[in-house]
Amino acid sequence: MPAPGFASSLDRRRFLTETARMAAGCAVAGTLLASFVSRAGALPATALRPPGALAEADFLAACSRCGLCVRDCPYDTLTLAVPGEDVAIGTPFFTAREIPCEMCEDIPCVAACPTGALDPGLTDIGDAKMGVAVLVDEEHCLNALGLRCDVCYRVCPVIDQAITLEMRHNPRSGHHAIFLPVVHAEFCTGCGKCEKSCVLPEATIKVLPLHLARGVASDHYRLGWEEMQDKGAPVVEGIVDLPDRLPGPGTDNLATPGGFAPEGAGDFAPAFKLPGGKP
Amino acid sequence: MSAPKGRLAAQKWLITRRLSQLGFLMLFLSGPWFGLWIAKGNLTGSVTLDVLPLSDPFVILQSLAAGHIPATTALIGAAIVTVTYALIGGRVYCSWVCPINPVTDVAHWAHRRLNLPKGWQPARTTRLWLMVTVLAVSAATGTVAWEFVNPISLLHRGLVFGIGFGWTFVLAVFLFDLFVSRHGWCGHLCPVGAFYGQIGRKPVLRVSARARAVCDDCMDCFTVCPEPQVLTPALRGATGSTPLILSRDCTNCGRCIDVCDLDVFRFTHRFDATPAPGRVASKSRLTEPQP
Ligand code: SF4
Ligand code: SF4
Ligand code: SF4
Ligand code: SF4
Ligand code: SF4
Repeated sequence: MPAPGFASSLDRRRFLTETARMAAGCAVAGTLLASFVSRAGALPATALRPPGALAEADFLAACSRCGLCVRDCPYDTLTLAVPGEDVAIGTPFFTAREIPCEMCEDIPCVAACPTGALDPGLTDIGDAKMGVAVLVDEEHCLNALGLRCDVCYRVCPVIDQAITLEMRHNPRSGHHAIFLPVVHAEFCTGCGKCEKSCVLPEATIKVLPLHLARGVASDHYRLGWEEMQDKGAPVVEGIVDLPDRLPGPGTDNLATPGGFAPEGAGDFAPAFKLPGGKP
Repeated sequence: MSAPKGRLAAQKWLITRRLSQLGFLMLFLSGPWFGLWIAKGNLTGSVTLDVLPLSDPFVILQSLAAGHIPATTALIGAAIVTVTYALIGGRVYCSWVCPINPVTDVAHWAHRRLNLPKGWQPARTTRLWLMVTVLAVSAATGTVAWEFVNPISLLHRGLVFGIGFGWTFVLAVFLFDLFVSRHGWCGHLCPVGAFYGQIGRKPVLRVSARARAVCDDCMDCFTVCPEPQVLTPALRGATGSTPLILSRDCTNCGRCIDVCDLDVFRFTHRFDATPAPGRVASKSRLTEPQP
């Protein structure tokens, strides 16, 4: 018996065949599109998103590829990816080594974005997280070699917070200092100015996307000394503070040059003696 | 082809349309080319004269399917575009704005010139299926999926922002329409055109076959119309039936008006109730004995 609405079973048959054919065709087309999308949607590590960009997965759902952020960037930092580049077609990005972000105070790129792909909640450019600078190659960084280049440190818009110079002993010369550029991720915006200005032919400091640049501590890890500071007392109540063991004389103990002398410790004596009678 | 009209009159709407397409492109290009900023952005999203936001509603819909609620500006922009096309006819986008249209038009012109066979002709509903597929892929991948391959934005964004290999997609559409399938892209597959066709079920601007009584079956309009199936009900309708081309597939391109030497067609509004008697069968050159 023909289903209601169909003149004959032949009509119904044709309808069903046609529908099945369409559905199959669309399944194929959809699968092709989906696999192309997932491949073309990967972001290379050198491509940085504009300030305020949502996390990459959300960004690809949000950005309409209109290019208004590109138009309103006064420094021509941003470009829209064209086919042939490794970035999702039409989405905005920048390459730190080419033109970094100048961290405009009024963040015109975010203000221009109509879709919210650049989060309008970003009102202080200092809170931007486009990536994190990492001193990737201490073997070539001039400061790490003991010279005074300091360029990345000087150009950093968040100088002395995002990058500091940490004084270290220079074991090569034995009596000089190394002023090692150290990035503090909490303050680094990933603007890329340091990478852009590194004087070497290939930058030794590079801005990397957060997921490459940063590790993540396990949820249950606690740093005793931080907990102690927050709490003002040992983390575990009533813990017995045992005396610290110090190395004996003759060792390279900088805290007590000449080493710890057993005589000075009252009735304390080492638990065992080395053969030959030396303590 | 009786009493041919002047060359210019026979191209009136075609020329107007090309000017319109060029005009829409220039609105975006005058900024980067001459520093005269009228429309910023591209067809997927723009700001005109710093006040009027516009967004492609199909992109916004994909964004929603992908799980992102767009910010207000984009939603307002999409609403303005939707309402505008709902009034003038969704597929006016195709004929008067879309930069791919000249490409497929040229492909069709060459196709006719070379007398090529129709080729693969999937059902006209295929594009609707594809439109739904695109939304499903957007939801599954969490991306604005069609924008990874959409030849319209690749071309438009390409012209305004730099094209890279984007022209290969456009060339593919051209070759597809030329050799694989007559009217293949815009007539059967493009999910964007399908989407715009769905906007507004009752657009105000319509073409009417008002003088259908004098039609002599030269078939020129059927040859040139990108959606020839829309012509039949209006043109071949009996006295009393509406001469308006009501199908949402009609792109309001006006080519039928141009090519008809008997001036059967004209632009009008959907409430136009001018009486239009049906065709006088004896006029048909199909029923006449061929000389
Ligand atoms: S903050 Fe300024 S320089 Fe940086 S991307 Fe935005 S507009 Fe361009
Ligand atoms: S303005 Fe926003 S939606 Fe437009 S390209 Fe930039 S990030 Fe994407
Ligand atoms: S990317 Fe470099 S210059 Fe920019 S804030 Fe971070 S450390 Fe400073
Ligand atoms: S069908 Fe698609 S490509 Fe063709 S004119 Fe319409 S929107 Fe443009
Ligand atoms: S019916 Fe006329 S106006 Fe409509 S698409 Fe065909 S040629 Fe164009």
